[in-house]
Formats: sequence, structure tokens, C-alpha cells
Amino acid sequence: MPVISIGNLVKTFGAIRALDGLDLHVEQGEVHGFLGPNGSGKSTTIRILLGLLRRDSGDAKVLGADPWRDAVRLHRRLAYVPGDVSLWPNLTGGEAIDLLGQLRGGLDRRRRDELLHRFDLDPTRRCRTYSKGNRQKVAIVAAFSSPVELYVLDEPTSGLDPLMEAVFQDEVRRVKQAGATVLLSSHVLAEVEALCDRVSIIREGRTVESGTLTQLRHLTRTAVTVETARPVTGLDALPGVHDVHEVDGRTHLEVEPAHLDELLGQLIRFGVRALTSTPPTLEQLFLRHYGDDPAATAGTDAPATAASGAPAAGSSDADVQADAPQGGAR
Amino acid sequence: MSALTGTTRLARLVLRRDRIRLTIWILGTPLLGYALAGSVAGIYPDQETRLGYATTSASSLVARAFNGPIHGTDLGAVVVAETYVTLALIVALLSTFAVTRHTRQNEETGRAELLGANVVGRYAPLTAALIVIVAANTVAAVLLAVALVGAGLPLAGSVAAAAAIGGVGVAFTAIAAVTAQLSVTSRGANALAAATLGLSFVLRAAGDVLGEQSADGTRVRSAWPSWISPLGWGNQVRAFDGERWWVLALPVALLLAGVALAYTLAERRDQGAGLIAPRRGPATGAPRLLSPTGLAWRMQRGTLLGWAVGVAVLGLSMGVAADEFNDMIDANPAAAEAINAMGGGADLINAYLAAMLGLFALTIGAYVVQALLRVRGDEADGVLEAALATAVSRTRWLGTQVLAATLGAVALLLLAGVTTGLGYGIVTGDPLGQAVELGGAALLRLPALLVIAGVVTAIFGLLPRWSVVLSWTALLVFLLLGQLGAVLELPQAALNVSPYTHVPAVPAVDPAALPLVVLAAVAAALLAVGVAAFRHRDVPS
Ligand SMILES: Nc1ncnc2c1ncn2[C@@H]1O[C@H](COP(=O)(O)OP(=O)(O)OP(=O)(O)O)[C@@H](O)[C@H]1O
Ligand SMILES: [Mg+2]
Repeated sequence: MPVISIGNLVKTFGAIRALDGLDLHVEQGEVHGFLGPNGSGKSTTIRILLGLLRRDSGDAKVLGADPWRDAVRLHRRLAYVPGDVSLWPNLTGGEAIDLLGQLRGGLDRRRRDELLHRFDLDPTRRCRTYSKGNRQKVAIVAAFSSPVELYVLDEPTSGLDPLMEAVFQDEVRRVKQAGATVLLSSHVLAEVEALCDRVSIIREGRTVESGTLTQLRHLTRTAVTVETARPVTGLDALPGVHDVHEVDGRTHLEVEPAHLDELLGQLIRFGVRALTSTPPTLEQLFLRHYGDDPAATAGTDAPATAASGAPAAGSSDADVQADAPQGGAR
Repeated sequence: MSALTGTTRLARLVLRRDRIRLTIWILGTPLLGYALAGSVAGIYPDQETRLGYATTSASSLVARAFNGPIHGTDLGAVVVAETYVTLALIVALLSTFAVTRHTRQNEETGRAELLGANVVGRYAPLTAALIVIVAANTVAAVLLAVALVGAGLPLAGSVAAAAAIGGVGVAFTAIAAVTAQLSVTSRGANALAAATLGLSFVLRAAGDVLGEQSADGTRVRSAWPSWISPLGWGNQVRAFDGERWWVLALPVALLLAGVALAYTLAERRDQGAGLIAPRRGPATGAPRLLSPTGLAWRMQRGTLLGWAVGVAVLGLSMGVAADEFNDMIDANPAAAEAINAMGGGADLINAYLAAMLGLFALTIGAYVVQALLRVRGDEADGVLEAALATAVSRTRWLGTQVLAATLGAVALLLLAGVTTGLGYGIVTGDPLGQAVELGGAALLRLPALLVIAGVVTAIFGLLPRWSVVLSWTALLVFLLLGQLGAVLELPQAALNVSPYTHVPAVPAVDPAALPLVVLAAVAAALLAVGVAAFRHRDVPS
């Protein structure tokens, strides 16, 4: 049974359509990355999962229950770190942690003290006087002090220094080891790569990709530069090849990994002298989904090819969605 | 002077942010003044009625405490007596909130930091705010003078009366400039300034109550406490009765002193900080903190303590003043006769005490609004989101806040009644009996406060973004209906809108159960609506 399952979720704020048919499936025991450009609807989705916002339409189930109707019962089984942590200004950090833990139904005292130590957080200071990073730590410590089934983390590490980022990653691995599920919204790609079993990428309130990072990589074109004895022809006719252009006798192009075979078959006929192939970096992977202009962000500077790139991205959606459950079951 | 660099630009920003508020303020005060003046002229058209009014006002301690000292029988003097305190309170609060909004609130939200990183001098933000707010007070006063002249009052008196009210605004601009330096939060800065306003009211009321009635019976010469109250200065201008213009120098002097003090304080502290360095606190939460109830108490206790001190001081002084009433009636048979004609001798003291308890109920209404609006503050800050993501239901969370505000109101009402009773009882020799009786009488005002709680809760549930504005407006409307309804000769239906209209004025009349039960039912319905709406809406929204 999936821990989170969202289908065709719609949420509007007046004229703004924040979520427009979003899908999200998170399996038991996985760390699921939740990514998307600013304003794409990540926090909105998370607030719906917490029963804070009411959905307009669509299905949403968390741990098998309706997040709106069963909010209180569910909240005993999950912990939340908001994206923008604000706390009671006149309580100390220690008091705020204990309060949040107690309101959730209790916390593990030993873990709490250990986490305070590991995160190097002074619990005797008033929340008003904490820096942004330290406020964030209060929320993280409060969440990880409770042994729950699901951790919902909305950009939990924004403002943390690299040392603390490492401690945070250890903590996520620890709760995963213990069998908990984590939904992690983040803009820190290194963190996503280090932690996430699967990711979902959303844009303008819709899910555009979902799968393991390997699967997503597979969907993203590889950049190829080739030097041949004779000028290459016929590349435009090949399936899955894009953005072909020549600079200084070298041919630059992009190819979908599934069509590498056909490409190589064609190139060989022109006498290959040199060939480099660069798999997409994580940045390119995301930029392709985040940016308005997929071609421009895929590493070329040929704006005319923007249109040809778009259908490829669209058609690959379906495959990955279908693949997703396998990826999660690994 | 580099410390003032950017002042002009910041002043324009203040104008831009507040263009609607300032317009309402600058046009609203003169319009209200015009309407009230016309209305008073209708009720007291001739010398005879005004003589009666002036004589009773000068003799009645209740009138002196609430309306200030009367200065003769000119129509303008009657208008001032009927409207000065209300207009002055409004102007003082508007000025206070405006100063805090453009100084401490900017620091609290971090906006000041954003500005301070630009080419902006150290004193520029405060100076810009003060310039705009003093200018707003000045323009509003000029228009008010025009309005009063337009209503047919003499020129000199109109100018003096309008300047007196503008002076109160200027004085509280200075006071708020100082409190904004002292407190780290804008809530705290406003509370300190409001407490100063409350103290000013008490001092003025005490000075006017203790003052002497002139030989012809139509004037009151206030005692010294009125002179140390910025609220009292306006009365000492004696508009429409041989104006004493030099008194207007007092608010100006206070402005200069306040600004100098504020600059000195600003010099000694860091951006965003108060004057008191933050202290460390407990590393763990005490068990009694760790529940919605415990948290509500922790959040309320400071505010409640401040209110308790204010209420107790006010109660004791009003109680002690009640006995002066007896002396005055004994000493001045003519006045006693006039008062007798109004209400009846034996009940006069009770009428005074009932009016005092009514005043307390109104004031404690402000506590209820303030306490309940915390939920909205928490929602806007994002704290509510964190709390509701735990295993606490919305009903429990909001219910706890309402309960906390109600218990606070009960405590304050009881304290008000008991201290008034003690004060009165100490001088008449029956402190315990009076404390018990007035304590009970005060508690009968609770249903009206429950309605206030219901109104705020319903607004919070249905129109969260408007919570602050609408809640305070509702309370202000109730206040105006009570204070000015009679002057404006509003129909009973309008007066009935205010829950305070329906509370039996015990001890002046016998308690009646029906209105209290109806009020409680209305309150319950409003609370139910508020909670239901809150359960069904987005958080935050
Ligand atoms: N209460 C609200 N009222 C109106 N619009 C809202 C509200 N909350 C969110 N939105 C809008 O909904 C959209 C999605 O916002 P959301 O906060 O979910 O984005 P996000 O993906 O979390 O972005 P970020 O990465 O910046 O945190 C945005 O266009 C935002 O402006
Ligand atoms: Mg967000």
C-alpha cells in the first residue's frame, strides 16, 4: 500500500490554479524527492497532505486515510518540517521542540538530546533570537525526535551550513533504516541525489516526471560531439536525434539514450575520428523540466530547435509513469 | 546630515503605504466632528437647555470623569464636552498605531533591514514616520476646525478645539516614538503606548473629578492630575470659553522631548533589538507548558498581568472617587437638586458605579479582542501551521484560545468590580461588602464580552484576512454607539447592535436574567459559526 497516493489533485486560490491535476505516489519505506521550480505547487501539495488546505477535487490518501477528515489521527503518525519555519518568539528553542513533540503525541527524549548535540543547537535561546538556520534546526530536531511512520519535509535544509546538511542526511538515512517513509521537497540537487530513491518533478501544478534518478537520466538526451572524415548527412532523419549543428568541422547533437544505436550506426559510415558523449548532469536534467525553453536549458544555444524538443519531453512522460512502481519496489 | 539621508523618500513610502488609512483618518475625523456638532446643536438649541446641560455636567462626577470638564454654556463648549474624549482617544490610537507600524513593525518583519542596507540614514525611518504622522494630525485638525466653523461655531473656539484634539494626536505620536524603541515587538510597543493612554485617561478623569465647580455652576476648574495627562491638556485649552492658547505649547514640547528621547534610545540599541538584552531560558519545556492550554496561558500571562495592574489602579481610583460624590452632594445642594431631577438621589452613587462598570466592560472588550486576535497573528506568522500539523484538532486549538480569553475577561471583570468596591468601601467603611457586591455586578457584564469573543471568532473563521480590521472596527462601533449614540439621537434599533446596550446597568437597576441569557445564546451561536468556519477553511489563508 502506498504511503502517499495523490491522483488528479486540483487546488485553486481564487484565479490562481496552484495544482492542476497533480499525481504523486510514495511507497512505504522510500525517500521520495519532490521537485519543481518556485511556485510550482510543492508546498501547496504538502499542505493538502497535512490537512491544512482543502483540495478542490482529486484523490489524496496518506497512510490509507483522508488527510482532511482524519487529520488529527494522521498527525500522530507523521512529522512535518515547514519550508519557512516560524516559532513562538518568546519560547526557547528547547521549549518549542518539546511543545511540538508533545502536541504530536510524545517524543523520544534521548533522541532529542542527541539531535540537539549533533545539530549543535543551543536550546536555551529564545526563538526570536535564532538565526534562520537555527530556526530550521529547531523544526528538524522537533520532527526527528518523534519516531513516526512518515516525515514530510518541505525544503528542510534551506539555510543549513554544509556540516549540518551532512548531519541532516545521516538523520534521513537513519529514519529510512528504521522503516519510515520520507517525502522531501528540495532545491538542493546534491541532497536529492544523495538521499532519494525516487523523485517526482512537478511544474505549474502538474507532475511532469516521476521515477528513479536512473530512469530520469535515461529520458534525458545525451550530448554528443563527433569529428568525422567526411561531412555527416542524414542525421536529421534519425529518430531521437535533436539539435544537430556544425561548428569548426565538428558535429554537435543531442540524442535520446534509447536511440544511441541508430545514431552510431549512421555515424560509422562517415569515418569517426573523435567522439565525446556527455551524459546529462543532474542540473541539466532538472533545468530541462524547470525552464520555459527546454532546448536552451539542455545545453545548446540554438533557440530554433526549442519546438522540436518539446514533444519528446511530452511523450516520454507516459513511459516513466508506467515504470515508476518497479523503480519504487527495488 | 547623513543620519537623515533618504528621509524624503521614506516619507513618500509611508504616504504610499498608508494612503487609504490616512485619507480615512484625515477626512473621517472632521466628518465625525461635523456630524456630532450638528447633532448637539439640535439637542441643545437655546441658552436655557445649555445652561441645564452645563450645570449638570459640572456637578456630575460621572460626566466629569467621562466627558472632561465643562467650560461654560456656549454651544461649542457643549459640543466639546460631548465629543472631545472620544475624538481624542481615536486620534491618539490612530497616531500610536501609525508610528508603530512604520517603525518597530518594520524592524520586526525585517523590512527595515532591507531599507537600511540602502542609502538611508540612521534616523531617517523614524523621522519620516514622524513627519507624516504629525502632518496628518495637523491636516486633520485644520479640516476639523473648518468643519466646526461650518457647523456654525465661532472661529476662535473651533480652531482651539480642533488644535486641542490634534495636540493629543501629536502627543501620542511622541509617546509611540519612544515605546517603539523600548519594545522588541510591535504588539508590545502598541501595548505600552496604549497603557500610557489608559493612564492619561485615569489621570485626567481623576483631575477633573477632583476639580472645583465655578461659582456660577457652569464651569469646572480641574485639579493638578489633569495637567500631567496629555489627554487632559486639550480640555485646559478651554475652547469657546476665553481660549488659553499657550496650553497648546504643551503637546509641542512633548513632541520635541519625545523625539529627542527616541533618537537617544535609537542610538543606544541595535537594529531590531530592544533596550533589554534577551535572556536565556529553560532548555526543556516544563510539563505544564506542553499543551494548547499551557501554551495559551504562557502567551497570555504577560498581557493579562499588564491589564490587571491597569484595571486595579483604575478600579481603586474610581471607587475612591465615588465617595467624593457624597461630599459634593452634601456641599452643594443646588447641584444635588439638579442631579436629583435627572435620576434620583439615593441611586446616584449606584448610577455612577454602574457607569464605571460599563466603562470597564468596554475596556475589557479590548482585551478580549486583543487576546483572540493572537490566533490570527499566529496564522499570519506561520506558527499556526506548525501547531495544526501536530495531533491537535482545529476545534481544540481555537476552543482553547476562546476559553483563555474568556477566563482572562472573567478575571479582569472580577478584579474591576472588586477593586472599585474596595475603593468605595474603604472610604465608606464597608470594603468587604462593597467588594463582593460590585464584584458580582461586574461579572454580569460577562455575556456582553462573550458576544465580543463570538464576533471575533466568527470573523476569524469566515474572513481571516480581515480579522484585525473588522474586529477592532466592531469594538469601535460598539464604543461609539455607547458613547455617542445618545448625542447623535440614533434609533434604538441601531443602539441594539451593541451587546453593551443590553447589559442591565447593575447596581443602578435590578439584574435581569433574560437579556443575559439572550446575549449568551448569541455568543454561543457566533462561536459555533466561527469554529465551524475555521474547521472548513484553508490554513493559512
Ligand atoms: N494562500 C495562497 N493564496 C494565493 N495563492 C497562493 C497561496 N498559496 C500558494 N499560492 C500560489 O500557488 C502557487 C504554488 O505555490 P507553492 O507555495 O505551493 O509553490 P512551491 O512549489 O512550494 O514553491 P517554492 O519552491 O518557491 O517553495 C504559487 O503560484 C503561489 O503563488
Ligand atoms: Mg514551497
